[in-house]
Amino acid sequence: MRSIFFIVVALAVVGMASWAYQENYRTQGSLREVERVNAEIAGLRETLSVLRAEWAYLNRPDRLRDLADLNFDRLGLLPLAPQQFGHVDQITYPMPDALRDALPGDWSADLAVTDPIEVRGELEATP
Amino acid sequence: MSRVPLRPLASILNARARGENPDVIERENIRRRNEETRDRDRQRAEGRLLVLGVFFLVGFALIGLRMGHLAGSEPAEPRATASGNFIIAQRADIVDRQGRILATNLTTHSLYAQPPMMIDKERAARELVKIFPELDEAKLIEQFSGPRKFLWIKRNISPEQKQAVHDIGDPGLLFGPREMRLYPNGKLAAHILGGAGFGREGVNSAEVVGRAGVEKRFDEYLRDPANQGEPLQLSIDLTIQDAVERVLFGGMRLMNAKGATAIMMDIHTGEIVALASLPDFDPNDRPAPVTEGDPAQSPLFNRAVLGVYELGSTFKVFTAAQALDAGLVNPSTILDTTGPMRWGRFRISDFRNYGPELSVTDVVVKSSNIGTARMALQIGVERHKEFLQKLGFFEPTAVELVEAPTGRPLLPRQWSEISTITISYGHGLSASPMHLAAAYASVLNGGTKVTPTLLRRDRAEVGERIVSERTSAQLRDMMRQTVTRGTATFAEVPGYAVGAKTGTADKPKPTGGYYEDKVIATFAGIFPSHDPEYVLIVTLDEPVETSGTEPRRTAGWTAVPVAGEIIRRTAPLLGVTPVIEPAGVDGLTLTSN
Repeated sequence: MRSIFFIVVALAVVGMASWAYQENYRTQGSLREVERVNAEIAGLRETLSVLRAEWAYLNRPDRLRDLADLNFDRLGLLPLAPQQFGHVDQITYPMPDALRDALPGDWSADLAVTDPIEVRGELEATP
Repeated sequence: MSRVPLRPLASILNARARGENPDVIERENIRRRNEETRDRDRQRAEGRLLVLGVFFLVGFALIGLRMGHLAGSEPAEPRATASGNFIIAQRADIVDRQGRILATNLTTHSLYAQPPMMIDKERAARELVKIFPELDEAKLIEQFSGPRKFLWIKRNISPEQKQAVHDIGDPGLLFGPREMRLYPNGKLAAHILGGAGFGREGVNSAEVVGRAGVEKRFDEYLRDPANQGEPLQLSIDLTIQDAVERVLFGGMRLMNAKGATAIMMDIHTGEIVALASLPDFDPNDRPAPVTEGDPAQSPLFNRAVLGVYELGSTFKVFTAAQALDAGLVNPSTILDTTGPMRWGRFRISDFRNYGPELSVTDVVVKSSNIGTARMALQIGVERHKEFLQKLGFFEPTAVELVEAPTGRPLLPRQWSEISTITISYGHGLSASPMHLAAAYASVLNGGTKVTPTLLRRDRAEVGERIVSERTSAQLRDMMRQTVTRGTATFAEVPGYAVGAKTGTADKPKPTGGYYEDKVIATFAGIFPSHDPEYVLIVTLDEPVETSGTEPRRTAGWTAVPVAGEIIRRTAPLLGVTPVIEPAGVDGLTLTSN
């Protein structure tokens, strides 16, 4: 009886020890992983700050203005003028579908929402 | 324990037999018993004290050991938490009101040399000069061969330059990490940002400290790790600032001015949306302060807050405001403007003769010195002084620039009646354009005091009342008329109902007296005047407009067109919708002339 008890206890001790050993190594592994991830985060944050600085540098008003001037033929960008402000009443809203179906004739051409740049491209393409 | 009886029978009997008092025996026994008790108690207390002492000793020993351990061990970041990641830069960014970056940090390297470790000093010097042409080869060789063990070569080098230095391959050329302050927009908002430089410097790191402007004013805030890299948000709008600076620069060139400044401010909150002072500088490469000549001509001089000028007729609005508010006049009161007006040994005259009388509105619209002087005399010296003090003309502005406290207005040493008269039309008191912007905002926003700020505010704080709502509206109407038919007609921008007042002041000579041909031309305006949103101050230093037959220097020909262009460019960017202005409410009173 007693020897069985001793064997069980010894097995339990061995089992617990190996479990503790593994846990210890897993914890250390996790810590290393956290450290690595932290270092990575720090590195990425630094990259991010560099990219943000670069973004700000590339978007500096001086450069954007020069680019707008350079590409004036293509984009036709001008400073914003008071005339460009509209009122919501000046916009024609698309006709409700039910009404459009009810009315005779083809309305799709009038109501299609067109991208001005695309239209411009089409106009330029057609001789 | 055995208890000794207090009156043992045997002893008592013996005592009685001897004829002694048996009470003595009892007392003796009581005394003995008390002594025993005392001894026992003392022993117990001593034992307790000992135990307590041991506890304390162990406690102190533990704390002491722990402290010793903490002091003696290498500091390490807690490894299992992510809290160490908040601090990414030693100095927080500065952003504009939309969150666009005005100042940020860049990791770069510094280059230093340790001559004892160098192998081929001549070659290293030669190659270094190839990479950095501004270095002097002979001087480098001399430094390398001297007794020095350490020397800085460059404070900041780019990654490309670092690679090039690496390629020289000399073990005596070493790099240290550096954090560099970068202003990606270059000269933009230079006077607001100020600039930064290195403070204490070591091989492995260097302190970045603010040199001027917001950088210096908020140095502690920007460096405080407790903010966890939270950027400092200014009230400046990058696009508006750029448009203002650009138009102002063009205007300054066109008007042959040697300096210019513009302030655009939200009339209700006091947030400064744009603040420009020309000439300016690049904060990435802040020039050294001038040690000779006039510091006011240096690009580092922020005219908007440091430059105190006599701002001329723009002050007439304040005189009119006070006279209206005190009920001394109303907009159609007729004032005697027969010139020249004599006061003691002084002669006050107008730019040109406006006839014998003008209404208060016309005094402002046509800018009559005599009419304003008459109003000032009605107001009286003390009240006039008090009003200007309330508007903030007696102390430096509270704007968050480190330079601001230096911009102290110049007041007359003795405030006599003639001072009141001249100050009523803007001579004899020098203030900065920032003072003027704050005072205009305070008078015209409905009459409550505005404190200018460079920090973004979420809502307007209603300040102390300066003038009544009604006075404010009357003044706005006068300023609107100044643009439609008065001295500031060039500032008319369709859709924005600009209201303005001009001011042309002769520059004082350093030796006393005034220059004949040097003026400070000022535009002070609001838009839209029926429901003001922004106040704009434009000041040109010594402008001359030469398109006509003779040079024109008045603000109407110089500062006003520049200001008009600024409004035309910036108002749409500010999102001010152009409107057809409401018809003048007092159209019927405009019967003069």
